[in-house]
Order: sequence, then structure tokens, then C-alpha cells
Amino acid sequence: MDNTITVSASPHIRSKESVSRIMLDVILALIPAAIAAVIIFGWRVLLVIVVSVMGAVITEAVIQKLMKKPITIKDLSAVVTGILLAYNMPPTVPLWIVLIGSIIAIALVKQAFGGLGQNFMNPALAARAILFAAWPVQMTNWQRPIIDAFSNATSSATPLPILKDGETWAKLPPLWDVFVGKIGGSIGEISALALLLGAAYLLIRGVINWRIPITYIATVGLLTWIFGTDGLFTGRGLYHIFSGGLILGAFFMATDYPTSPVTPLGQIIMGIGCGIVTSIIRLVGGYPGGVSYSILIMNVATPLIERYTRPRIYGEVKNNV
Amino acid sequence: MGFNLLSFFKGGVHPPGNKHFTEGKPVEKAKVPALVYIPLQQHIGAPCEPIVKPGDRVKMGQVIGQQKGHVCAPIHSSVSGKVKSIIPFATTHGNKVQTLVIENDGLDTPAESIMGRNIDEVSAQEILDIVLDAGIVGLGNATFPTHVKLSPPADKVIEAVILNGSECEPYLTADHRLMVEEPDAVIGGLKLIMKVLGVETGYIGIEDNKPDAIAAIKDAIGEDPNISVRILKTMYPQGCERKLIETITGRQVPSGGLPMDVGIIVNNVTTAAQIYKSVSTGMPLIERIVTITGRGINSPKNLLVRFGTLVSDVVDDCGGLSCEPGKVIVGGPMMGETQHTMDIPITKGVSGIIFMPQEEVGEEEILPCIRCAKCIQVCPIRLMPLSISAHSLKGEYDTCETLHALDCVECGACSYICPSKRPLQESIKLAKEVIIDRRRNGN
Repeated sequence: MDNTITVSASPHIRSKESVSRIMLDVILALIPAAIAAVIIFGWRVLLVIVVSVMGAVITEAVIQKLMKKPITIKDLSAVVTGILLAYNMPPTVPLWIVLIGSIIAIALVKQAFGGLGQNFMNPALAARAILFAAWPVQMTNWQRPIIDAFSNATSSATPLPILKDGETWAKLPPLWDVFVGKIGGSIGEISALALLLGAAYLLIRGVINWRIPITYIATVGLLTWIFGTDGLFTGRGLYHIFSGGLILGAFFMATDYPTSPVTPLGQIIMGIGCGIVTSIIRLVGGYPGGVSYSILIMNVATPLIERYTRPRIYGEVKNNV
Repeated sequence: MGFNLLSFFKGGVHPPGNKHFTEGKPVEKAKVPALVYIPLQQHIGAPCEPIVKPGDRVKMGQVIGQQKGHVCAPIHSSVSGKVKSIIPFATTHGNKVQTLVIENDGLDTPAESIMGRNIDEVSAQEILDIVLDAGIVGLGNATFPTHVKLSPPADKVIEAVILNGSECEPYLTADHRLMVEEPDAVIGGLKLIMKVLGVETGYIGIEDNKPDAIAAIKDAIGEDPNISVRILKTMYPQGCERKLIETITGRQVPSGGLPMDVGIIVNNVTTAAQIYKSVSTGMPLIERIVTITGRGINSPKNLLVRFGTLVSDVVDDCGGLSCEPGKVIVGGPMMGETQHTMDIPITKGVSGIIFMPQEEVGEEEILPCIRCAKCIQVCPIRLMPLSISAHSLKGEYDTCETLHALDCVECGACSYICPSKRPLQESIKLAKEVIIDRRRNGN
């Protein structure tokens, strides 16, 4: 009988936390945005999401098979990457571009560096950046929301280019429309309302914490308000917060575990850093939105940030009586 | 009751308590077996020298293992009878130690030297002598000789004594039952410790999941203005000495230092009660309360067990095993040690034995670290377990040292919370051992 007893190191009980449960939570949190996208842009966006997810999952399985490693697609991390990539695409994007993007995200950005937890840049964002460079026209073909029944136009300017040029502010859609997502933009970024629902779920579940998203959004809101086109303190901070990919990026991509700091202070620096870079790109850069590049830049800075933000341990200060 | 609820602000986990198996069960006396196996080392420090030989008759409470060196505690016979043999025998720590096998004559004839003292008349030095002679060690888990702990160097000013009644490990209820059933011994012991150290202030920290123990202890304290109960939020590892000191006094023990560096001495409630009993009755430490529990045992109990009783003996006392055991854990599920056999004697440091059925022993797949930082959030010392572990697994022990691996209290909260089921605590412990080893050999 004795030889059936397991001998192992403590602890002998483990929590119910698991990688797949965390990924499932992220997927659940992204569902409201998918529903919003279908309502706003029509059923085709679902096709984009499916192609992206399938591309990511199959690429992961094939690479692991070829490299004779255990196939880990059931941890759901590739599904999350696939969804996030799709969310960063314009609704009109050709499906073959989506497929190439998902292959790049998994093969080049994730698996080439060692797979789960080892990538130094957010796979979805890095893939998106490459697609932007390769096919700029297809990647910026913004579709007008179909729920805007009075319009027969097939493409629409997003609020960010308008925000860049103070003279055309009259063309800005109402803030409420920007908040709920009745605007042009990438598939998953348009409805701040839907994204915030999912973000609240992730915060409650403890999958993410407030540090990166809140400092990121606050920094962008503050800087874009201060440095308005009509002089100091005239900017449209709220429009900036709810336009472009900020909400999606702040809650779902800047918080990506492998590519953001693990230290509490590091997370705040990450958030503020992303906010500063995003604001600079949006206000003075030659490019309307800056979320993805700012996150990628801060991804690369993450090891350095971590190095200098190690928490002070219990009892580290002498003579503290 | 949540009025003066204290807790440390950062870190900690909430594993399922599983105390319901035994928390309501009064302590019963375990059957004393015909043969007892008494190891000559049941404490941190040097092993004892046997002073009896096979064939000798011994009495209950008689010294059979003599103290060797300062950090050591004598060993006594837990029964009266005849020494059968001295053999190397397995201990709960997985090693083998010289062990006296004694045939119990069933008479429990006490040794002549055993003599109770008047609690109010003993001097500080007499108490300290009794603590040493009675072989008292830290009964929470550490088994550090108590007489050493109660003799701080003259340059250390001790301001307060804290009794640890948090019992934050899941399953265990030995301290809990003691506080409910013998609160006067606990408080009496605390007063003796305060007398030894010449301090005026005493605290007892108890987690808020033990309201009956809190009530009993408060009752035993009565009107004494110098002693107070501090109610702690139920959270693991609330009973970690360093965190307990921070929670109750707001002071942090310096890294690499001892509680006495901030004027505090912490003892377990069971240790305090043992001091009281040994002073008042003269009987040395020969038995303790052990929680026998888990889904793998038919009737979980809190048993008063004589040292040298085998784990297999107490299994019979608790109605036998309910199934093939998956794990037999001595101590709590967070920090306890698994056993490879049940022929292991129960000794001074055994506060509980958990029988875990096969189905609770999940072979979980270890995944790569996803850097979720949950281990940092739960670490009571605010270490970065993921980084220390990663360097330890690569053999980069110097980096582990820079990352304060030696400050790890081995509570296991990091491994518990890890979604990738990584062996965080295990690898940090390994790094600690290597670093300490290198320091010993290198310097």
C-alpha cells in the first residue's frame, strides 16, 4: 500500500487558477465588443474574427507539431491573439490579409521566441504593425457604420483625423456616438461601451488590475486636453479617450502579461509611458492613431522598467522601529 | 467582532479552510501503543545523546536523551517500561535518526524527579530552567528550542510577547481546540514567558474564524490590562511570524534579522500552554495535541498523542483509512511534509496529519510562466517569486540572492496561486539551500 503514496514538495493544495481559465475570461470579456461590431458593421466582421482565430490556432498547432513540442492550443491563448488581431482590422479588410496577419502573430512574434509567455511584443499588435506597413490601403479602408441609415457612403472618416485638425471640428460626431461606437474604425475598437463592460468583468475577476489601463487613459485624456489645437487646455480629451483604439488597447493589450511589467510601480510607468507616446503621436505625429505603436514601444521597454521597479521587500529598510 | 480586525494589507491567499472536520471535536486521548519509537532529535539543533541502554527500565517523563550543545532540547520517555533497542528509524523529515524503542508497561509510572511548582512563586530563572529541562521547543512547527528563544542577548530590549494563535494552515485545529479547552494554561503560559523576559505587554493573535477560541481566551484574560487579544483576518499566511509582528505592532523585522531586533518574541499558543503545564505539574513535554484529519480518514479527530506513537497507530484510533491514501501529510497542506510510509513516529513538531485521498492529489501539468504577477501579489514578503524561481531553475543562484531569496518564508502562497502550476516555492527553497550552503563553505 505504501508505494502508492505520493511524496512531493509543499504546498499540497493548489488554487483553481489556470492559464486556460484566464484566457477564457479574456475571451468572455471581448464578446460584447464582437456583438457591437456585428450590429455596427454587419455579419462580415464575424467572418474576419473566425478567420483570424482559426489562422492563429492552426498556425500554433502546426508549428508545435513541426517542432515536436506538445500542442498547447487548448490553453486558449492563440484564440485570444486571433480575436485581438481581428479587432485591430478594418471591417472591410480582405480575408487573406487577416490570415497572413494571424500567421505572423503566432509564428513570428510568439512561437519564434519560445511560445506562451516568452514573446516580448504583443503578437496581435506586432502583426498589425507589419500588415500596416505592407498593405496600408487595405488596412485603412474604414467602413461607415450600417446603423447610420441616412448615409449611403461606403467609407467614413474616423474621429481621430478630425481631432488632429481644429478647423474641421464641426464635423466631429456627437460624443455619445463615439462612446457607443456609431463611428468608423477597426472592428473591435469602436464601441467603448462594449469594451468597458468586458473590462469591468476582467477587473472583477482579477485577471487585470487598474494600474496600466487607468494611468494610460488618464494620461491621454490629460495631455490631449492640455495641448489642444487652439492653445493650452482647449483639447478634446474625452473624444480622444473614446476614439481610436485607446480603450481596447488600454484594457486588453497594454495589460498583456508577457509584454507588460509585473511590478506594481512598473505597471504605472507602463501606463503613463503608453499615454505619453500615444498623445505625442496623436497630437504631433503624422499618423492619426498611436495606440498600437505606443504599446509596442513600451513592450520593448518592459524588461528595463521591471529592473528598476522591484518592490521593496518586507523588512528591507533597517532601523524602521 | 470585526471591530478591531487586523490584517496585513498586502499579500496572502484564501485556501479552503477545511477545518470543519475537526474544529468542533473535543480533544481525545490517543491509545498509547505497546511500543513507542522516540527519536533522539525532535528539534532544530544538535541531536541528543542517549543516556539509557537496551534493557534499562524507564519511567514516564524520565530523561532518556541528554542535551548536547546550547541549541538542543532533552528528550523524555513518554511511557514507563523497558528500553528494547536503539535503532536508526525514519522521521517525518524523511531522514533517519537514532531512535529509542521502548516497551510500554502500561502503568505510566512517573519519574521521581517530577514535581509541580507554585506558579506564583517561581522566579524567572527557575522558569527558564524548567523550560530547558522539560525539553520544550516551538510547538507551532519550527521546533526551535524555547529556552534559547527566551534567553535573548543582553543588548536586545524585549518590549512585548506575542502568542501566535492564528493557526492559518487549512485543516489544522490543534491550537484552536487547545485555546477553547485550556485557555487558562495558554494565558498562564504567556504570563510565565512575560516574567522570564521581564516584559509588561502580551498579545494573542487569533484569526476571526475561531470565535469560540477568541471568547475563551478573552474570558481567561479577564481584567488584566497588560494582555490583549488581537483578532486577525483569516488569511494565509497570517500566522507567519514576521507578518504577525507587522500586523499586531506595525513593526517590520529587518531583512536577515530576528523578531528580537524589533523588541518582540513570538511563541505558539501550544508552546505557552506547555510551559504552564510543565511548571505547574513538573511533567516534561511528552505528548501534544495532533489533528488527524482529511477525507482519507474515517473519523477525523483532535488527539492527545504520546510521542513515539506511530502514524499507523493513530490511524486505528480514528477508525482507519477510508480509502487508499494519495498523500500523507505531516503538518498543514501549505507547508507540511509528505510521508512515504506510515511507520513514522509522532514527535514534538507534529501538529497535524492529513490523509488526502488519491483523487485530491492532482497531477497538474506545469505550463510556462505567463507573467500574470499573481505570485508577486500574494507574497507576504513582497518578493518576486517568478524571477527568483526562473533564475533558480537556471542555476543562477547569485541572482536569486540579489533578489532576496533568503527572505522567503516558504509559505507556498506563490505556488498555490500560480495558474501555470509552476514549482515556485520548491525552486526558491532550493536556491536558499544552495546560497546558505555556499556561505557556509565559502566564507
